[in-house]
Amino acid sequence: MTRKVNTLFIANRGEIAVRIIRAAKELRLKTVQAHSVADTESLAVKLADVAVNIGSPAASKSYLNVEAVVAAAVASGADAVHPGYGFLAENARFAEAVEAAGLIFVGPTPHQIRMMGDKVSALEAAIAAGVPTVPGSRGRVETPEDAAKVVELTGFPVMIKASAGGGGRGIRVANSRDEFDRLMPQASAEALAAFGDGGLYIEKFVASARHVEVQVLGDGYDVVHFFERECSLQRRRQKVWEEAPAAMLPEDVRARLCQSAVNLAKAVNYRGAGTIEYLYDETTRDFYFLEMNTRIQVEHPVTEMITGFDLVREMIRIAMGERLRMRQSDIVMRGHAIECRINAEDPAKGFMPAPGTIESLTIPGGAGVRFDTLLYQGYTVPPFYDSLLGKLIVWDENRDAALDRMQRALKELTIGGLKTTKPLHLALAADPDVRAARFDTQFLEAWLEHRAAMLEDH
Amino acid sequence: MATKDILSPLPGTFYRKPSPDAAPYKNEGDVVKKGDVIGLIEVMKSFHEVQSDADGTIASFVAENEEPVMAGQPLITLNI
Repeated sequence: MTRKVNTLFIANRGEIAVRIIRAAKELRLKTVQAHSVADTESLAVKLADVAVNIGSPAASKSYLNVEAVVAAAVASGADAVHPGYGFLAENARFAEAVEAAGLIFVGPTPHQIRMMGDKVSALEAAIAAGVPTVPGSRGRVETPEDAAKVVELTGFPVMIKASAGGGGRGIRVANSRDEFDRLMPQASAEALAAFGDGGLYIEKFVASARHVEVQVLGDGYDVVHFFERECSLQRRRQKVWEEAPAAMLPEDVRARLCQSAVNLAKAVNYRGAGTIEYLYDETTRDFYFLEMNTRIQVEHPVTEMITGFDLVREMIRIAMGERLRMRQSDIVMRGHAIECRINAEDPAKGFMPAPGTIESLTIPGGAGVRFDTLLYQGYTVPPFYDSLLGKLIVWDENRDAALDRMQRALKELTIGGLKTTKPLHLALAADPDVRAARFDTQFLEAWLEHRAAMLEDH
Repeated sequence: MATKDILSPLPGTFYRKPSPDAAPYKNEGDVVKKGDVIGLIEVMKSFHEVQSDADGTIASFVAENEEPVMAGQPLITLNI
């Protein structure tokens, strides 16, 4: 059933709000931009047809306030709400409230958000769909006999984790059976002392993992994939640099990886844009399900660059009740794309946030270059939200050419008035390991330890 | 008695407590020493401690808990 949509309400801010407004305008929709008091002068507010103030600067009182956002959407006369990424994008209660108010939520059903948002139910869905998951105990190990059975299955090395732990605390790695037998009682005693709960679980340890993820679109019936991205270059679990496709992925693994993502999304009748994230072990060529993100992602443009589709526009069409407009055979990837996240942070000073006023701005151009940003000259970047200023994206025929093009585009980009992560990206684009695609999820943090000095902004 | 303002070192959101459920770092009338943490500034989702740059007694809080502040804006007035 198609539903007529005339007006789209954008329940987000920053560069993704600008991105959504552009897609909506191309679909001839009227756009209503929600904004906090701190975002009155934002680019999204300037570009939208109408702007609505939804509250104080603190996100908890504006962009995260379900009642205020839904009330503003209803009052604006909008037919549909796009949540972007972050904020309320994966909040099932918000999606429910939007639907209960008679509006369309541009994204999956509240049930799908809830299922994939819960680690246990997401893992169960993945297993049911035949998607590989990290071998392990899948829950608490109660006895030494059970533990022995689990490690026979996983092999070594294995990770022993405290059930009650978190953020890397209470984790031990055992490389052999002897070591495992020695570490288990220690780990249990330590977990009991630290968390008041000696419960442990066991998981295969992937020593050098790469982060790969598959983009899918579903219409509630069919699902297609748009190949994979690699996002291994991370700092504090935040992606810094993303590519499409994953340079090191053998063709047969790519086919199985993408098919597994389609299988999972199909099994839940997925609706909208989604990303299935995996760990990839280059040495064994095994991939393991991590999680599914039920929204558009920051790094979606690299996928758009290699496939030629506009994912944000397609997700709006799907929300309006249209069926998928492409078959899998219509989606072909060509060349290589890279995205660098340009943040208002000072890489020479431990990535200290650096809000401020944009005194000058040169946006790079030329063939194969795209800059998705919230900036304009004279704009004052508020301190209340995340530090993403823009995403510099390049496409070229192959990865080497894309790296050269990225270096050229980074040099063209100038943002005067505040510190940015541009020097980090210039150094990465010239690094021999990055150029050879020799990295894993641990690479960047180790790399940064030795190079803080060379990241001064000039 | 002389007074001195403790200024926000960064723009962002001022918090008087280390976490929503915790007690405030300091209250009016408390004695503070140079280097004592008097609050947090949240800037772009990262939290930074604000330390007193003088010894004294807190006369008043100029900025409220969770108030948006600019760099250089007074947070606390001390009697010194």
